[in-house]
Amino acid sequence: MNSSYAVPAVALVVVATVLVGAFGLRISRTTSDFYVASRTVGPRLNAAAISGEYLSAASFLGIAGLVLVQGPDMLWYPVGYTAGYLVLLLFVAAPLRRSGAYTLPDFAEARLASQAVRRLAGAFVVGVGWLYLLPQLQGAGLTLTVLTGAPDWLGGVIVAVVVTAIVAAGGMRSITFVQAFQYWLKLTALLVPALFLILAWQSDGAPRHAFDEPAAFREQRVVRVDDSIDLTLDRPLPVTVTGTVDGRTHTDTRLELPAGTHHIERGTRLTFAEGATVPHAERSGGGNLSTSQAESREERPLYATYGLILATFLGTMGLPHVVVRFYTSPHGVAARRTTVAVLGLIGAFYLLPPVYGALGRLYAPELTLTGDPDAAVLLLPDRMIGGVGGDLLGALVAGGAFAAFLSTASGLTMAVAGVLTQDVLPSRGVRHFRLGTVLAMAVPLAASVLVGGLPVADAVGLAFAVSASSFCPLLVLGIWWRRLTPPGAAAGMLVGGGSALLAVAATMAGYPGQGAALHALLAWPALWSVPLGFLTMVLVSLATPGRVPPGTAGVLARFHLPEELRTEVTT
Amino acid sequence: MSGFLAGLCVAVLPVLALGVWLGRRTARAKSLAGLGTPVEHATFETLHTASLAAPPLRAGLTEETARRSARKLRSLLGTDALCLTDRAQVLVWDGDGAHHRGEIMERLAGALDTGRGEAFQLTCDSLDCSVRWAVVAPLTVDDRVHGALVACAPRESAVLVRAAGEVARWVSVQLELADLDQSRTRLIEAEIKALRAQISPHFIFNSLAVIASFVRTDPERARELLLEFADFTRYSFRRHGDFTTLADELHAIDHYLALVRARFGDRLSVTLQIAPEVLPVALPFLCLQPLVENAVKHGLEGKAVSPGKCHIQITAQDAGAEALVVIEDDGAGMDPELLRRILAREASPSGGIGLSNVDDRLRQVYGDDHGLVIETATGAGMKITVRLPKYQPGVHSAGRLIRE
Repeated sequence: MNSSYAVPAVALVVVATVLVGAFGLRISRTTSDFYVASRTVGPRLNAAAISGEYLSAASFLGIAGLVLVQGPDMLWYPVGYTAGYLVLLLFVAAPLRRSGAYTLPDFAEARLASQAVRRLAGAFVVGVGWLYLLPQLQGAGLTLTVLTGAPDWLGGVIVAVVVTAIVAAGGMRSITFVQAFQYWLKLTALLVPALFLILAWQSDGAPRHAFDEPAAFREQRVVRVDDSIDLTLDRPLPVTVTGTVDGRTHTDTRLELPAGTHHIERGTRLTFAEGATVPHAERSGGGNLSTSQAESREERPLYATYGLILATFLGTMGLPHVVVRFYTSPHGVAARRTTVAVLGLIGAFYLLPPVYGALGRLYAPELTLTGDPDAAVLLLPDRMIGGVGGDLLGALVAGGAFAAFLSTASGLTMAVAGVLTQDVLPSRGVRHFRLGTVLAMAVPLAASVLVGGLPVADAVGLAFAVSASSFCPLLVLGIWWRRLTPPGAAAGMLVGGGSALLAVAATMAGYPGQGAALHALLAWPALWSVPLGFLTMVLVSLATPGRVPPGTAGVLARFHLPEELRTEVTT
Repeated sequence: MSGFLAGLCVAVLPVLALGVWLGRRTARAKSLAGLGTPVEHATFETLHTASLAAPPLRAGLTEETARRSARKLRSLLGTDALCLTDRAQVLVWDGDGAHHRGEIMERLAGALDTGRGEAFQLTCDSLDCSVRWAVVAPLTVDDRVHGALVACAPRESAVLVRAAGEVARWVSVQLELADLDQSRTRLIEAEIKALRAQISPHFIFNSLAVIASFVRTDPERARELLLEFADFTRYSFRRHGDFTTLADELHAIDHYLALVRARFGDRLSVTLQIAPEVLPVALPFLCLQPLVENAVKHGLEGKAVSPGKCHIQITAQDAGAEALVVIEDDGAGMDPELLRRILAREASPSGGIGLSNVDDRLRQVYGDDHGLVIETATGAGMKITVRLPKYQPGVHSAGRLIRE
């Protein structure tokens, strides 16, 4: 792919982010008029900011890649990512805002008046934040590799350095403007090329077999295999090979591969004829956003789908960078309106990645073989339109992708650094916030460089599952159940979140192997870990009735009463 | 392989955290273990146990605090069961024989009335019950009996009576301290109540004089100013809630400046730069307005000789978990040494008690880290920085955000 446009586009996005972050406030809010100065952030602006912060690499690149590889089943991902806000709207948004809490540990302290629960919640915020940062860095690495052929780790390092510098220098002062800007940038970066791609698809005669199984090549296509893979063939496949297949070396030889499994060495060149079906590939070592446990879905699709739905529906409310944005809403009702607007904005955005996925199945099916299905979004403009137009659209998409990494990563870094500064590092002050920022970014960066090819959709899924099993019970029971006690909350978070964490850690470590019944259970833990978290929290709370914090009634009244009715609430 | 490594990392993190936590908990006890003779060691142990039991009791005698200190107190006395009561009920029973709860309470009435310790035998049907004797030691604070400490043992023992009496006296001292803590909190609350809403009488006189001067020449303006004055005084005198939001405080400052501008006209200009993210931050009521008042005074005083212009800049920035409010003027400034003495209340300021009052309240609400930071020198203006945490337990604005 031509990088002469893409690199300036990425640089432009970074510079624009820094400029809006540093000067947005000065330009838009320097006034001598008090009326202008004390205008609060409207629900729509705040919603755009929340959406901008929320739409991450997994959304921008990952979903298209998943749809490309796995087909329409994967549409549950965008549905889940969006519907999480519905749950947030119904059960959490307004009371959370009225609680006056800025972060999740603040909420734990406000509700339960316990320093221990506060620290535990802080630990989970840091854990979820780090897990969520990891895929952002790896997505950046992948994007830069696709664009310029740079080594894997470079993109991650660039994003990490840029984000740390911006956040530590206080460059996110006008964070609402930056994130809202990032949302519209991301939407434009997907929408405009998508329109052109659909036009190109129309002029191509609007072929409709996108989701035919299996996908087929529409023209003769040469595929270079970068990582050794195993191809599974249902029927014999004619292919021209230069390289090593099943241990035998060929040079430009025309072969008829029989049905069965074939091992392709890295560096091999395969030429597929027009109309050939795309074989099913299994990778020996992961290395992209999409392979993930998608494979294990095929063993127990129903269970896996419900696990996914539960994790994404309930996990959204526990994402630390999303929660802090609700503080910007002036009151509970505004928080609710904001959430409704977020649903609209995110829903609109999520219409686009599946389009790329479907078009990718038509025009770039070989991406399932080369190991970078996530690159579909980046490659399609060049593939379908070509020329300068294709390059420019490709550059736009690349810029949008970097906006996705920057916004999510900076939001997460601020959230994690805030918790580290307040609850972990010894004393307070600006310098400590900088130290916290560096620490917040250093750990996931080191992890992403060290472990390299971690299946990234898993890390996102893990973050959602842990958040759903620890913070969802805390928030829902904390807001709606007056008999919650500090020991109950702590036990629930530890058992629910801890078991989810261990389950996916075990899966990542490759235990137990594919096919075992236990594997699906551990790979999609939300379905049992969320009820486990709730149950533990309820049972331990009921067992310790004496520990219900005094003043609970007052606290809950504050959570649920509209601000206008609130008079002196003594706690 | 890399997946395995990642999984390992994730699995190791909680274990590490647990290790650090356990390490911290056990470190102190171990460092004492190898020290001194057995007698000294025993003394250390006793003092350590006593010091562990003290902090919960410092919060007063409740079910929660009794539960947290009872086990430590029992190990201090070395009895089979220990129970703490208030005047009406058993708060906690630590150890065997919890079925004696009701009986203890009945037999306790005398001791609670007289405030004198006693020992009595318990009646028990169950043969393997090790609790036969109860030693009662009342807990008294300022000659009032708050409750009792009951130590139970299999047989009568003069040593236990003596020890229980001593422990009860020690607990009483802790409770007295708790009483002191409480009255200190009440004092601080009273102080905050007294400190709040001190709008200066000068300001009221001046405002009324300015409004009077407009009544004939520009009645419409006078009416507007009167309304501003009403709004400002309503805000200042309101009785509900000790806290407000930054947005509301800014409105009060706006009303205040409108009145000041009416007096000084073009000589005063104000620039604002407020990050919308921090507008909902809750803060002690009327803690920024005195700072602005101070800036106006200094700004205009400095130019008193040659009536020039004064510029005031108010910025509020979003800084992670805090809001950073800066109020800056280009006026006369102040000698830092004098300022230090004013804040330490060693020197009385020329007019008003604004700065030290605000400083005290901020420190009381947010802790000593969050006092005013003032940069100034004679003739160099003054820059006051306030750091307001976005969340602080117990700080809730009494909501009045009806405006949209």
